[in-house]
Amino acid sequence: MATVLIVDDSKLARIVVGKAVAALQPDWTRMEAGNADEASAILDAQPVDVLILDFNMPGRNGLELAEELRARYPAMPIALATANVQDEVIARARAAGATFVPKPITEDGLRGFLSGAALKLRAGRA
Amino acid sequence: MSGSPIFLDDLEIDALTELVNIGVSRAAASLRLMVQRQVFLSVPSVEVMSRSDAATLMAEREIGPLVAVRQEFTGAFSGRALLIFPEANSLALVRAVTGEELTDDAVAEIEDEALAETGNVVLNNCLATMANLLKRPLDMSLPGVLRDPGPSLFELEQAGDDGVVLFLYINFAISERDIRGYIAILMDLPSLDALKALVSEFISRVLGQDAATGG
Repeated sequence: MATVLIVDDSKLARIVVGKAVAALQPDWTRMEAGNADEASAILDAQPVDVLILDFNMPGRNGLELAEELRARYPAMPIALATANVQDEVIARARAAGATFVPKPITEDGLRGFLSGAALKLRAGRA
Repeated sequence: MSGSPIFLDDLEIDALTELVNIGVSRAAASLRLMVQRQVFLSVPSVEVMSRSDAATLMAEREIGPLVAVRQEFTGAFSGRALLIFPEANSLALVRAVTGEELTDDAVAEIEDEALAETGNVVLNNCLATMANLLKRPLDMSLPGVLRDPGPSLFELEQAGDDGVVLFLYINFAISERDIRGYIAILMDLPSLDALKALVSEFISRVLGQDAATGG
């Protein structure tokens, strides 16, 4: 059991990510936030195990949020979802310890990240 | 306004914004390969407005003359895609895509050709990504370079009587170079109807509800 927080300003994108997570990790609890501030509020209020962040959002973007949260949660699996495959974006995601996931999101695109996250969570609790 | 036009509902605007976001993100990645510098994007804005409001919106943001690379697209929906930037940035953009070794004269000589090709790569990438996601092919015209085009930039041949267009735009800026501009897409009212149907199909498809209706 784990809780995944999906952060994307697009409701449709949140639904698509939620469906892929539900198909790949049906036992996980899914939560949604429409921007970085909402995400921070949820993280302050309850435990979250896994984060999936959109890159291009109004307000703080997904990379800025990932960098900020990495300091607070050194071991949390974080994914950055974007079609913006510029070297600098990928490099910054990597430096923040976030996994790059291509947009549009598909089950195949998320599979590697989610199974890695599940292993990491199991190892952390063992 | 004629009648009570039903434009796009909230989820359709959401889906269209996401489609544009994915399209321009890929376009930015292509532009990054051309200019060897990071390209920054704003969040896309998607609005239905009059053509004159679209022209005013652009004009109010800029003091000096503009240059635009224009590409018309036709297919299930049609319209115009534009890469717009201040004329003062034009040579810097050409230099960014051609490299540092060319002389000023050589850069000036190939300026229009280089701008057209840059626009072609950026706009095609964006439109082709959107067309693929909507599962409808689009034909793209050859790019044309327009200098200080004024409001005519936003006049579509087949625009409806009330002159309302769907106006999508995104700001871009190139890291370490003083280059910035906009990517804009305009569609007229008949196209908006067709687009609404395709976006609605796209939503059904990604939500997995299209099994009953077939393709």
